[in-house]
Formats: sequence, structure tokens, C-alpha cells
Amino acid sequence: MTLVSRDGARRVNPVRRFVRRPGRLAAEATALLTAAVVAFPLYWMVLSAFKPAGEIESTEPRPWTLAPTLDSFRRVFGQQEFGRYFVNSVVVAVAVVIASALIAFLAATAVTRFRFRLRTTLLIMFLVAQMVPVEALTIPLFFLMRDAGQLNTLWSLILPHIAFSLPFAIWMLRGFVKAVPEALEEAAYMDGASRTRFLWQILFPLVLPGLVATSVFSFISTWNDFLFAKSFIISDISQSTLPMALLVFYKPDEPDWGGVMAASTVMTIPVLVFFVLVQRRLVSGLGGAVKD
Amino acid sequence: MVAQNTVVVEHKRPARSTAPAPRTPRGRRAGRTPWLYLAPALVVLGGLLAYPIYQLGLISLFHYTQAQVSGGEPTTFEGLGNYRELFADEQFWHVLLATVLFAAACVVCTLAVGCALAVLLTRVRAVPRLALMLAALGAWATPAITGSTVWLFLFDADFGPVNRVLGLGDHSWTYGRFSAFFLVLLEVVWCSFPFVMVTVYAGIRAVPSEVLEAAALDGASQWRIWRSVLAPMLRPILVVVTIQSVIWDFKVFTQIYVMTNGGGIAGQNLVLNVYAYQQAFASSQYSLGAAIGVVMLLILLAVTLVYLRLLRRQGEEL
Repeated sequence: MTLVSRDGARRVNPVRRFVRRPGRLAAEATALLTAAVVAFPLYWMVLSAFKPAGEIESTEPRPWTLAPTLDSFRRVFGQQEFGRYFVNSVVVAVAVVIASALIAFLAATAVTRFRFRLRTTLLIMFLVAQMVPVEALTIPLFFLMRDAGQLNTLWSLILPHIAFSLPFAIWMLRGFVKAVPEALEEAAYMDGASRTRFLWQILFPLVLPGLVATSVFSFISTWNDFLFAKSFIISDISQSTLPMALLVFYKPDEPDWGGVMAASTVMTIPVLVFFVLVQRRLVSGLGGAVKD
Repeated sequence: MVAQNTVVVEHKRPARSTAPAPRTPRGRRAGRTPWLYLAPALVVLGGLLAYPIYQLGLISLFHYTQAQVSGGEPTTFEGLGNYRELFADEQFWHVLLATVLFAAACVVCTLAVGCALAVLLTRVRAVPRLALMLAALGAWATPAITGSTVWLFLFDADFGPVNRVLGLGDHSWTYGRFSAFFLVLLEVVWCSFPFVMVTVYAGIRAVPSEVLEAAALDGASQWRIWRSVLAPMLRPILVVVTIQSVIWDFKVFTQIYVMTNGGGIAGQNLVLNVYAYQQAFASSQYSLGAAIGVVMLLILLAVTLVYLRLLRRQGEEL
């Protein structure tokens, strides 16, 4: 976990230097307490997923369990086609991540390493495009997918998500592409590399870390989406994704909390793993997107 | 519509787009290459973003309900009829007001929590800092839909631990309008403060330590240092996180939809986004839903233009 100590290992923390000791202890206690509060919902989710039914539906909930069981998970995986939903979610997310990363890489290269007419206009349009409320476009997209005959297919989820994750991805990748020195590009051309060769064999590997960080956002927004899944996959539930599977257990009047918590755990873990894997790049990437 | 507005922005500062030309030596010979690289992005964005926005505007001008969707009846042009109907509807104004207030409350709480914890992070040693960072990353990574169900469960009237700890018996949090909004607000703040915290923390670390030391030597208190030294220096970052939060919180959908079961009892917890969706897909009033969508789009566009102005005033080069 180098998130914190990335460049601070050598430098003494500037603020900390003049904070008196009792103050620091209080601050550390506050930090730990806050961490516990923030982490509690996740702890409760995992705990409840392992609790036996009797302990979940108890009016005396305890923050531990002495009889962990896989019953809830068995119910989740035993649900019709849950594996199918999981695979669908993975397919959609992976397709969106790869497609939007490649397309965004090309576009970010164009707007950072070339000067051309309309460049600034395009950049502003990418920025504006980030603000478009995805949900408002459900209506026209629904008709678009219907007319294209893509309702009830995974394409109806993949295509819109590529479009919606592109503007932010391009915006964020700019910093990474900019960071590759011009001299390197000149040297590559000097050595006789073509533009395409420079693009894929030199620039692409150098920008890859940034590409990974960018992918987190497209992955999360796609993985989490339930509005499109709900609106575009209307009759063929074999094409559905995880959020819909979760909602099967969540009936407003008498939710199966054990099932909901187990399904939630199954749905959250891949994102957590992905996040932890790329967290360091994520922070430097955000720095690049926010201020470069 | 989007294009027009950006053009307006362009015209105000025509010098910008041409100024930094000499930075890329190959720029002069760029020719068609940048457009080649941009082509896939422009095709996708044009087809799945720009075109649907145009369609949204179009649908909002027609009479479009279930009858037209199934193809039985012809669509009739209504002009601004849908908007007239919308603006005459009291519920619309209620929902609009609720959306603005709810988003404002979310933004204020998210920023306050995020900034406070970012400052806190700079004052603690590695272990508590790591703990807080990890917890925040966990909250950040949690999908909105699972976050919503987990918070609902925590505050569940019968089996939730919160009521037990607070001794509230079987008090239902989702029954009352304000307590339901409050519950959603907690979830939204929980999952969106990490972005603010991490970004602001990164910003504070970039502030030169001499500046902070000088302030401390002059006897400035922690609060004073934050207000008079850090906040002005972090202004660019604060602008970004504020605008991002405004945009995200104004568009909250999943949390409201799941936690209040589609907008609360008798629609008391509706926000614009959910309202538009319900009008379109639950009541089959597609054109009314589209009109609400257009209103949202215009509001967010206004926010974006403010953002662009702030960015340009800071002299950020695009």
C-alpha cells in the first residue's frame, strides 16, 4: 500500500512537523475511529453474508457470528442463471474497458501531441460530454436500441457504456500522454520509426499505467450500472447482469437480507480487488486529470 | 445545442486556441493524422451521445406515449406543449426544489467531510493514515447498488444494528420524507467523500512546506492555516472537486431508486432523474420524461459553463 508514502517517504510531512504530540494522538484516534465507521458498512455486509438465517432475522443483531455458514451464498449461486449473470457482467465490463481504453488512447494522443484547428473546441466538448446525465438519455437510447434490434443483447449495454466512459477517459489520459517527453518522439522518428510504430511500440507501453488507472472508472461505471440493464434487457433475462440478480433478493416488503448481502459481497469483491491493484496509479492519475 | 454553447465560449477568448502552437514541433505537419486518431472516438460519441441528445430534444417536442411506441398511432408534433404541461405541474416544481436542495446538502457534506479528513490525513502517522485510506477506498469502490442495500439493511427497522444502538425501536427511516432523504444522503456522502479526500490530500502534499512553516512561525492556528494559506493555494483543486460533486450529486439515481423504492411513498423522495425515468418507463409518458431530461441537461450545462469560466480564469491551458 504505497498510496500514501509515494513521494513522501523522504520528505518530512510539512504540516505534521509543528503539531504538538497530544494533538497528534487525538488526530490519530479520530482517524482510526473514522476508518472504523467508514469500513463498518462493508464489514456488516460480509458478516451478514456469512450469518445463518436466524441471526440475520434477529432483533438483537450482533457484530459477530459464531456459526458462519455459506447458506446465503448457496442461495445466490443456486438462483437460476446467477453464473450467467456474472459472466454477462464480466463480458460487458471487459469489453467496455478494452474498447474505451484503446479509443481514448488514440483520441488523447491526437489532442495532446498535435496542434490542429478545433482542438480546443473538441477538448471543451469532451469536458461538456462528461456532464451529460446518462439517465436522461435512457429514453432515446431505448428507442435507438430497439430500432437497431439490439434490445435484450449485451451490445445494448456495451455500446452506450463505451460512449459514456470515453469523455472522462480522454480527459484523464491527456496528462499521461503529455508526460511522455517530446524528445523521445523526436528520437524515435530520427531512428526511422513510423508514426504508427511510435504510437504502438513506444507511446502505448509508456502510457499503459495511466490507461489502467483510467480503466477503473469505466470498469466501475459499467459494472455498477443497473439502469441500462433494467431498461434495455426487458424480456430475455439470460442477458441480464449482476445488479438485476441482486434485486431478485431485494423485495421491498420482505427482503431476503442474507441473499442480498451475499450477492452484494459477490458483486463488490471484483471491484475492490481491481481498486486495490491500481490504487497508486489512480491517485497519480487523478492528480494528472485535476491539475497538470 | 452543446456545440453552439461551446462555440460561444470559444468566441470570448479567440486567442487561446492558437497561442500554444510552437510547443509541438511536428504540429505544423500534423495534417490528417490527428483526425484519424480521433475518428473512432468521434464516431462512438456522435452515434451514442450526440445523436441521443438530439433525439431526446426531438421526443420532448412530440406527443409520445405507449400508443405511439407500439406503432399504432401516429406521432403528433406538440411544440413546447410538453414543457407547458410540465411547468404547470406542481409536482415538477416540488421535485426540482427537492433535487436542488438534496444535491446542495450532499455537496456541502461531501466537501466538508472530504476536506476535513484530508487535513486529518496530513497530521497522522502511517498506520492510521493507511487505515483511513483503505476504508475510504473500500467505500469508493462499493457499487452504488450494493452500497444502497447495505445502508438500508444497517438502518432496517427490524433487523438493523443502528436502531438497536440508538435505541430507536422499530423506527422506520424510509417512511418520513426527510429521514429517507437523510438516509440516502448518508450513503451518497459515504461513497463520494473518498474522491474529495484523496484529491485534496494529494493537493495539500504538493504545497511547499516552507509556506506552511512560515505561517506556523507567525503563530497561525490550524484553522487559520487552512483558511488563509491552504484553501487559496488549493483553489484549483477545490473548484474541480466541487463541480464534480455538484454534477454527480445532481444526477443521483441508483441510491434514490433503490433506497426509497423508486421515489418514496407517493413520490415524496423523487429527484429529477428518477422522476424522468418514472414518467417515461413507468407511466409511458416518454415525451414528458424527455422534457424533464432536457431540463436536467440544461441545468448541468449551465453548471459546466460556470466551471469552464473558472478554469479559464485560473489560466489553465487545455
